[in-house]
Amino acid sequence: MMRVQLTVNGERHEVEVEPRLLLVHLLRDVLRLTGTHIGCDTTHCGACTVLLEDRPVKSCTVFAVQANGKRLMTVEGLERNGTLHPIQEGFVQEHGLQCGYCTPGMMMTSYAFLKRTPNPSEDEIRHAISGNLCRCTGYVNIVKAVQYAAARLQEGGA
Amino acid sequence: MVPRTPPEVGGMGHSVKRKEDARFIRGKGTYVDDIQLPGMLYLDIVRSPLAHARITKIDTSKALAIPGVLAVITGADLAKYNLHWMPTLMSDTQMVLPVEKVMYQAQEVAAVLATDRYIAADGVDAVEVAYEPLPVVVDPIKALAPDAPVLRTDKTDKKDNHIWHWEWGDRAATDRAFAEADVTVRQDIYLPRIHVASIETCGCVAHFDRVADKLTVWMTTQAPHAIRTVFALVAGHVGLAEHKIRIISPDIGGGFGGKVPVYPGYVIAVAASVLTGKPVKWVEDRMENLQADSFARDYHMTCELAARKDGTLTALRIKTIADHGYADAAANPSKFPAGLFHICTGSYDFQAAHVEVDGVYTNKPPGGIAYRCSFRVTEAVHAIERMTDLMAHHLGMDPAEFRLKNFIRPEQFPYRSALGWEYDSGNYAAALRKAMDRIGYAELRREQAEKRQRGELMGIGISSFTEIVGAGPSKHFDILGLKMFDSAEIRVHPTGKVIARFGTRSQGQGHETTYAQIIAEELGIPVADIQVEEGDTDTAPYGLGTYASRSTPVAGAAGAMAARKIRDKARKIAAYLLEAAEDDLVWEPGRFSVAGAPHRFKTIQDIAFAAYTNHPQGMEAGLEAVSYYDPPNLTYPFGSYICVVDIDKGTGQVKVRRFVAVDDCGNIINPMIVEGQIHGGLTMGLAPALYEEIAYDENGNIQGGSFIDYLLPTAVETPRWETDKTTTPSPHHPLGAKGVGESATVGAPAAIANAVVDALWHLGVRHVDIPITPAKVWKLLREKGVSE
Ligand code: FES
Ligand code: FES
Repeated sequence: MMRVQLTVNGERHEVEVEPRLLLVHLLRDVLRLTGTHIGCDTTHCGACTVLLEDRPVKSCTVFAVQANGKRLMTVEGLERNGTLHPIQEGFVQEHGLQCGYCTPGMMMTSYAFLKRTPNPSEDEIRHAISGNLCRCTGYVNIVKAVQYAAARLQEGGA
Repeated sequence: MVPRTPPEVGGMGHSVKRKEDARFIRGKGTYVDDIQLPGMLYLDIVRSPLAHARITKIDTSKALAIPGVLAVITGADLAKYNLHWMPTLMSDTQMVLPVEKVMYQAQEVAAVLATDRYIAADGVDAVEVAYEPLPVVVDPIKALAPDAPVLRTDKTDKKDNHIWHWEWGDRAATDRAFAEADVTVRQDIYLPRIHVASIETCGCVAHFDRVADKLTVWMTTQAPHAIRTVFALVAGHVGLAEHKIRIISPDIGGGFGGKVPVYPGYVIAVAASVLTGKPVKWVEDRMENLQADSFARDYHMTCELAARKDGTLTALRIKTIADHGYADAAANPSKFPAGLFHICTGSYDFQAAHVEVDGVYTNKPPGGIAYRCSFRVTEAVHAIERMTDLMAHHLGMDPAEFRLKNFIRPEQFPYRSALGWEYDSGNYAAALRKAMDRIGYAELRREQAEKRQRGELMGIGISSFTEIVGAGPSKHFDILGLKMFDSAEIRVHPTGKVIARFGTRSQGQGHETTYAQIIAEELGIPVADIQVEEGDTDTAPYGLGTYASRSTPVAGAAGAMAARKIRDKARKIAAYLLEAAEDDLVWEPGRFSVAGAPHRFKTIQDIAFAAYTNHPQGMEAGLEAVSYYDPPNLTYPFGSYICVVDIDKGTGQVKVRRFVAVDDCGNIINPMIVEGQIHGGLTMGLAPALYEEIAYDENGNIQGGSFIDYLLPTAVETPRWETDKTTTPSPHHPLGAKGVGESATVGAPAAIANAVVDALWHLGVRHVDIPITPAKVWKLLREKGVSE
């Protein structure tokens, strides 16, 4: 067992883990942050995407111990003090989700992408989310949701 | 349609934002794998590396020596309770765990129960199984050869691999029409095995409470009530009675048909929980999902079309070999082993038609379920739309003109098809014309001609499909004898707020919103005041579930009918409160007023309060109703899709440049949700057209068993869908609605395939089977000497 310290959504945690424990299982099963999902075993679907030191990672492909001493953000950290992040608003307003299973990963990828690329083209958005699979929406409205968030963030929405 | 209710009420026609989104965007949904109970154990499954083999030994000792591994469950253990085999929905049988033989690669062989999911996986690795390989039968056509090894040796009377023969239509009249035809075309079409691959895989948490003697199963299922009955019927002999079984279908991460069947993992988890008295979680991983869960399609069709010289279609004939794997585990209505395949005359007016389907056993996983499709409708649509195109090209006619000439005309509805269906309503030409205008059809044909001069490959493809959804009238439709009605129960509380429960289960379709809108439409109560619940068999009324686009046509209709019962009672209460005759009352959404005296009115909220505080003498208190709706007919949504593809001569890659979809699903409840369903459906039409296939080598080894080689479209491959609509209400549905979740999946693949053939026709290409991969196209281009 190894001791891991990490900050998730601003909250500090210290846990004992097996070295082989995946980050996604630490988040879901140990810390009970179940908004981060699992959709594959080959790092293709992106349902497990979280931010590790502000960079999107597929948490099914990171060991919990690799997050030692690091800062993480999950879908549960998007809403601040009861205010939705524009990316969350965008998904609702543009009907960017159906079953909701891919949604947390999509939003985390988009969140990080918009920080890097505040004024993206449609093509850039499509490439940015191409590591996240959605089986329900056909992506058109996800693209619109990201555009909505980009516009809101430009206005200084959050 | 102009909405009859104001936006703050949010009845039909309003793009109400979805109620369910609030939890999903916060990561607060509850999917099966999110459930964690104290003392919960984990189940993981040992699977066969071979496609057909005798099991000579299962050694569990090393696994059991691992700390934390509590048990290894084998077929022999289940056999003690006669639970090693189970019935399929099609009255066939399939193994839960094998005692003697494995029948396909990745079949369940044993299950490990452990205190932790990692330890369970260690246990799986440590179980040692010895196999003696048996001859593998992969090709369903070879499986029918007289010398083929017989696979189902468990069935003592079975002497071959043929499961059933089914035929429909007038064979003699069809043969006559073919004999008399001026022109006939014939084409073999294969629709490969594919998998729905919802992003959430399948799983359950089974919890048998020994004190209460009650089994609760949180389960990824589209049909919780039917599952409860199946469990009671299958496990009644070990003491599971139906009132002591509770199936909860929590938030579901996509279903598309893949979450209708009962998979062995569920049954083993239930058995493990009953035996240990502990909660047991089983969640399959993606590879298990793709390799072992029910597949869709796998239809080998031989299609023939007959026509007159002037381009009038006269007859259709299709023969199909259906590869079901080692068991027929489809999820079709009992009467119809090939589902609704006999909708295959499509949108056209035929004199005669005849179809035959033969089900066959092979060494592949069992199934034959839907891929976001109403019981084999995609197979039917693909056949007729490919063949129509082939005939048009063959006659040198424009495929759009050819369709317009042969469509069933609006005045022919209700229309009885040559294969016996009664189409409720349609206006096919209007949808196709709208699609042609929207995409600029004539201009595209000019562009294509110019490009062809320059040697560029561009194609235009059309699909004018007719769907058949909303099963079904119970006279003809049942699953395991359970009639295919559906249900709604509405309770209006004293303060005018509502809880409504339905027999279906949303898997992303947005039922919490659309069902609330149906009630808002009928009662004038705001959507915000209506809570919709589904999926818990202890609380919801019995229903057959959500698949085959039946939620709006059947359960939605039940919601409207239950609401109307409530309105009838509300009228009586209003008459009493207003001291007026019932007949003198006028209803407008949300209130009854006295005719000619609109200031004398009672709102539905006033009436609800009175129903509990001041109801008329002799009337029962309360304001609630239940409806079990048995539709008089199916509904027949339709549409016309046109797409433009460009083909890269260097790589063989097909690029969908534009795709216009004009859908007609009757009256629309929530336009935003309908459009979203169409976007999603189109993407699940694109997927098998260009990318997805599960294939097997001659030894039965799977290809396409993980997301490494089973390719779901990403945002980059998916075109920017252009959607539009026409509105032809269903005459028999209480709201005039038809259902829409699957139309696009059903209609899109043929449009894409037709576009590719259209691009290559002048080179002599007559057909390409989907998925139309770059490798396939490149090979064709090379054969024709035009590859670069
Ligand atoms: S679970 Fe699919 S990429 Fe992590
Ligand atoms: S909303 Fe269902 S997978 Fe994206």
